[in-house]
Amino acid sequence: MGQTFSEKVLGAKARKTVKAGEIVTVSPDYILTHDNSAAIIQEFRKLEIERVKCAEKIVIVLDHVVPASSEKYAQNHKDIREFVREQGIPHFFDVHHGICHQVFAENGFALPGKLILGADSHTTSYGALGAFSAGIGRSEAASVWATDGIWLKVPETIRIEMNGKFPAMVSAKDVILKIIGDEGADRANYKAVEFAGPAAKNLSLASRLVMANMAAEMGAKNGYFAPDEKTISWLEGRTQGEFDVVVSDSDADYGAILNYDLATIEPQVACPHTVDNVRPVSEVQGTPFHQAIIGTCTNGRIEDLRVAAKIMKGKKIHPGVRVLVIPASRREYIQALQEGELETLVSAGCLVLNPGCGPCLGAHQGILAPGEVAISTANRNFRGRMGSRDSAIYLASPATVAASALEGKIADPRKYE
Amino acid sequence: MSKGKVWKYGDDVNTDVIFPGKYTYSVLDPAEMAKHALEDLDPEFAHKVKPGDIVVAGKNFGCGSSREQAATCLKFAGVQAVIAKSFARIFFRNAINQGLPVVQCSEAVDNVESGEKISIDFAAGQIKGEKGIFTFAPLPEFILRILDSGGLIPYIKKKKIEREKNLGDKNA
Ligand code: SF4
Repeated sequence: MGQTFSEKVLGAKARKTVKAGEIVTVSPDYILTHDNSAAIIQEFRKLEIERVKCAEKIVIVLDHVVPASSEKYAQNHKDIREFVREQGIPHFFDVHHGICHQVFAENGFALPGKLILGADSHTTSYGALGAFSAGIGRSEAASVWATDGIWLKVPETIRIEMNGKFPAMVSAKDVILKIIGDEGADRANYKAVEFAGPAAKNLSLASRLVMANMAAEMGAKNGYFAPDEKTISWLEGRTQGEFDVVVSDSDADYGAILNYDLATIEPQVACPHTVDNVRPVSEVQGTPFHQAIIGTCTNGRIEDLRVAAKIMKGKKIHPGVRVLVIPASRREYIQALQEGELETLVSAGCLVLNPGCGPCLGAHQGILAPGEVAISTANRNFRGRMGSRDSAIYLASPATVAASALEGKIADPRKYE
Repeated sequence: MSKGKVWKYGDDVNTDVIFPGKYTYSVLDPAEMAKHALEDLDPEFAHKVKPGDIVVAGKNFGCGSSREQAATCLKFAGVQAVIAKSFARIFFRNAINQGLPVVQCSEAVDNVESGEKISIDFAAGQIKGEKGIFTFAPLPEFILRILDSGGLIPYIKKKKIEREKNLGDKNA
């Protein structure tokens, strides 16, 4: 019996042959933290260890509340900058770079075959580039800084075979929402999700990032796309690092294989208050809302902004709503400036925020009042996430959110083709 | 085994309702975190919970964010353990790393009610409720050691001190 990607990567790290279910002690290639580094530093200090074990493995990106919205957040950022200097951490990205997952990937840390840990649940994103990447908590991040080791259970793998081509105005966000809706928020708990099949190869790296990011919303430990020519050429100029492409054997043991035909997928919407409460747009169109968000680590890349700009070109957003645009990173922001998408979106009435998490986690910039409703391209719609406990969030693709922004109620983007 | 009062909830209790995102970078003191425990699910909980009480829930408890405060706030609210049908993986790790015992036992979840007093024997893998005794697979040895130390950070610190002591003994 062959091995899955996850078995191979964790086995190589543990220097033995491993099977799903085994527990291994391994040392990661990189460990990502963000604004939560301030709390992780406190945990690290409790260990009374003077220096982190491998400073060059640590990647810190300030993104969650940037620029600081209060004295408290400002103090956190200051503590982190001081720690970075004190420990000589070379990979530090201050508030102007963008959202950690995009910054981490576009700076070439997310590489095929690498083992990456991150103190953020959407660390699953880097599977888009063929890495094994999983989220961990704060104590663990502090302990990895100190010891360079962690225990992990080798996950079983669910393989998702994708065939066919998307209809117009349907994208990666719709298929991942459909999968989560069909399978449930805990379907892949403790498991790996491998996105495969001919249609996976057709997806851009940005689209693969959307799906691997949202694998977290099925409970997955990690998401994965086998690296191909597209992956390698995307990495050119973004990394000097060496890497090995690791792929599952053709006779690998999968816990389950699911099949999806992209040609049959309609635009999908995740309704309040769980990501697996998914319906086709035809069932929820007409639902009024107050705030729309196009961006975040899930859908804030240039291909997302292009679709939104295409739909809004020469038009105005509905006067009853406000629309926030959040590019995923400074690089994506610059490209959208140069190509003109931002001009189109601002002319339509959108408000462009600096690259960062913004209102996605309800900390600042666009908090919802009681009774308010948002439609967002982000990845999570839990009760209270974007502000009041009595607000509600719908999740959809950039095309659906842009079309909805024009109409002031949830709308089917296919008519804007 | 001390008895604890049950607070029972449903499936998919997520980290945003356990510890809202708006507090994640502004409330850093564990005692303060405890005051917001389960705030967006059950605003009564944090006011009424007593040390030793037990949270019982359905499947996928703790899904969502990696925020460890979801475990910390429950622990500092005095929660003795969380019993659920299943746990989201990062929450499961975080709970152990915070020294908060987590017990997977569907039978107990189906057979205990809010307000009833139950007890848990972690080593034997038994939950005693009014309707009977329910068994679960005890956690692996090394995880119990982390829990006994009060979490991952105290555990690593203890190991470090032991190592230094051993070195000192050898050098003496
Ligand atoms: S944009 Fe939202 S989901 Fe992405 S890292 Fe930031 S808070 Fe998390």
